[in-house]
Amino acid sequence: MSFAWAKQYEPKSAFTKWIDEKLPFPRLVYNAVGAGYPVPRNLNYMWNFGVLAGFCLMIQIITGVVLAMHYAANATVAFGTVEHIMRNVNYGWMLRYAHANGASFFFIVIYLHIFRGFFYSSYKAPREMIWLLGVVIFLLMMATAFMGYVLPWGQMSFWGAQVITGLFGAIPLVGEPLQIWLLGGFAPDNAALNRFFSLHFLLPFVIAGVVILHIWALHIPGSSNPTGVEVKSESDTVPFHPYYTSKDGFGLGVFLILFTAMVFFLPNALGHPDNYIEANPLSTPALIVPEWYFYPFYAILRAFTGDLTIPFTGIVLIPAKLLGVIGMFGSILVWFILPWLDKSPVRSGHYRPLFRKFFWFGLVPTMAALFYLGGTHAEEPYIMLSQFFTAYYFLHFLVILPIISQIEVPKPLPFSITEGVLGKAATTEAPRAGTVDGGDAGTLPDGSLQPAE
Amino acid sequence: MSIRLGGIIAGLAITLVLVLWSLVPGVYNFAFGPPAEKPASYAFYEHGEGPEGGYSFDGAMGKWDVGQLQRGYQVYKEVCSACHSLKFVAFRNLQQLGYTEAEVDAEANSWTVPGIDPNTGEATTLPGKPVDFFPSPYPNAIAAAAANNNAIPPDLSLMTKARHDGSAYVYDLLVGYGEADPEKAAKLGFETPPGLYFNKHFPNVNIAMPPPLVLDGQVTYADGTEATIPQMSADVAAFLTWTAEPSLIERKQTGWFVIGFLLFATMLAFLSYKQIWAGMKPKKN
Repeated sequence: MSFAWAKQYEPKSAFTKWIDEKLPFPRLVYNAVGAGYPVPRNLNYMWNFGVLAGFCLMIQIITGVVLAMHYAANATVAFGTVEHIMRNVNYGWMLRYAHANGASFFFIVIYLHIFRGFFYSSYKAPREMIWLLGVVIFLLMMATAFMGYVLPWGQMSFWGAQVITGLFGAIPLVGEPLQIWLLGGFAPDNAALNRFFSLHFLLPFVIAGVVILHIWALHIPGSSNPTGVEVKSESDTVPFHPYYTSKDGFGLGVFLILFTAMVFFLPNALGHPDNYIEANPLSTPALIVPEWYFYPFYAILRAFTGDLTIPFTGIVLIPAKLLGVIGMFGSILVWFILPWLDKSPVRSGHYRPLFRKFFWFGLVPTMAALFYLGGTHAEEPYIMLSQFFTAYYFLHFLVILPIISQIEVPKPLPFSITEGVLGKAATTEAPRAGTVDGGDAGTLPDGSLQPAE
Repeated sequence: MSIRLGGIIAGLAITLVLVLWSLVPGVYNFAFGPPAEKPASYAFYEHGEGPEGGYSFDGAMGKWDVGQLQRGYQVYKEVCSACHSLKFVAFRNLQQLGYTEAEVDAEANSWTVPGIDPNTGEATTLPGKPVDFFPSPYPNAIAAAAANNNAIPPDLSLMTKARHDGSAYVYDLLVGYGEADPEKAAKLGFETPPGLYFNKHFPNVNIAMPPPLVLDGQVTYADGTEATIPQMSADVAAFLTWTAEPSLIERKQTGWFVIGFLLFATMLAFLSYKQIWAGMKPKKN
């Protein structure tokens, strides 16, 4: 796809012409992330995180592949080989800290990327498929991160594996055999460690594959933008290169400064000290918690403390543990139907007064609270607070959003992106990016929004 | 429409389950139930702050105090190593503490490590070589447990990373031995069980490790530093910080270089971003 005014790739040398005939890969790159991809001109810094997420994936794959050269996935030596990497491998400490903190920063970037999606309704038509693929990527990331955390075979690795695989044990009838089958034993041991390593190596490449689909799906309608008004003419867009490559380059620099500050000065701040104790099946840590980026979902898991019973009969319909598992997975699966829950025709939160109130004063504090509560001891008042915020979380997505989209009166939208940037008067003579002749000759992609005048 | 209706019903159902079956009984118990019982040890635990003045390696500009690391090594060798292993540290690593190659050779030689007799093939013990790792004082975990009232002395290689703020924790633990306030103990019915020792800086205040540093001057420092208990504790905590992360200082120094480079590169990236977008600024109307 592209807008009619998109620049076309023109190979200059004989060699690039030859390549273009045989395998037009440079053309593909040019159209995907080069000058051939017209992007709305009004993107703010929240649109930096897609590129950053791709960069994080690359950091993880490169550092991970090198770490795998020195690591041994065997329960008797795994912990020691990690220490071998830290002490004897050249710059092994840097690789490992970059990989461990890289996971955290990957999640920070992804959470900001998802936050952008929520606020600007990036999930709405015609971009549902991008959103769905994004949720798939997020689920794959969670699986990969969880299995990666098990590999050092520290106390938190072992007990985290025990708790998370134990969730499968909550499934009625098949739960227990399923858990044993998944672990290759009654508790996490060599069999589990080996398969986790294998999958931890595999899944990032699966993620890379889904990322390609994610970007492919993105290039069909083109990028969204902070006004939520679709691109109408050439003056609404700039070529991705050099405009957004330069902006992403700056964003990448800022990201790397924050990332390296963590890696070199506070490399263990986001981890748990217990994971520097070798796994010991006979000694349970005082507090078993996952890595910080799972806290909201862990809080939801632990919020369900009561069995669902038929009142006054004592007949248990759904035990609390299964409710927790359903709640935890449901809290992410609900994102899959989000495009059909929020049917408001206006995308951007800037033009949705009611949505914006519930977003800033409902969803954002709820997520912040769940992040905090997931890391606390399972005691009062934390349990009650988890329950309260879990209830709001589901209410927000399943009840509040659908109702808002029915009753809300949105604010007037600018007629076009250009008008949003330059003001009404300038619309007709906006400065054009690039030097493409032919101007607005192509068909305009459907804006689907009625300008409110 | 149907997804939205289903969503609203599902949302209300989930909320109903949470509120009726979990939140309501929880709130009721919190409000009217018996207060949660805290173990008596909570009343005695005191959070420590580490040695006065901190460590030389603290902070982004920290450096090893090589003299302190050598003193700490001496404390480990003469006191801690009776029970605690240091299995991830090799004698060759001691060169980082300012010892020459010959000194490391001699130091390794003063330790006995398990080995194979080259003539008979029998298991035996040999004097250590620089490539050997610090030996464990016990042949195996069962022997360690048997010798220590069933509490296995943990390996110390990673101790300062295996506890929150570990460098301060090790110091606090070593100076935290003493007696529980008898008045408070009598009131709360608290006593230290036989075989355990009271330590106000240990999370449950009763620790299986007997006080290792009991006398000022227990170790005679080669450099003439007065070996008070806080001094020895700080020195060995510093040494264990080194064993847990020998690359600590190299890491911070590399960090300054990397961040310096990135600041410069990011500034260039920012300028090129501004230059490229210069023609795209909104016109003032």
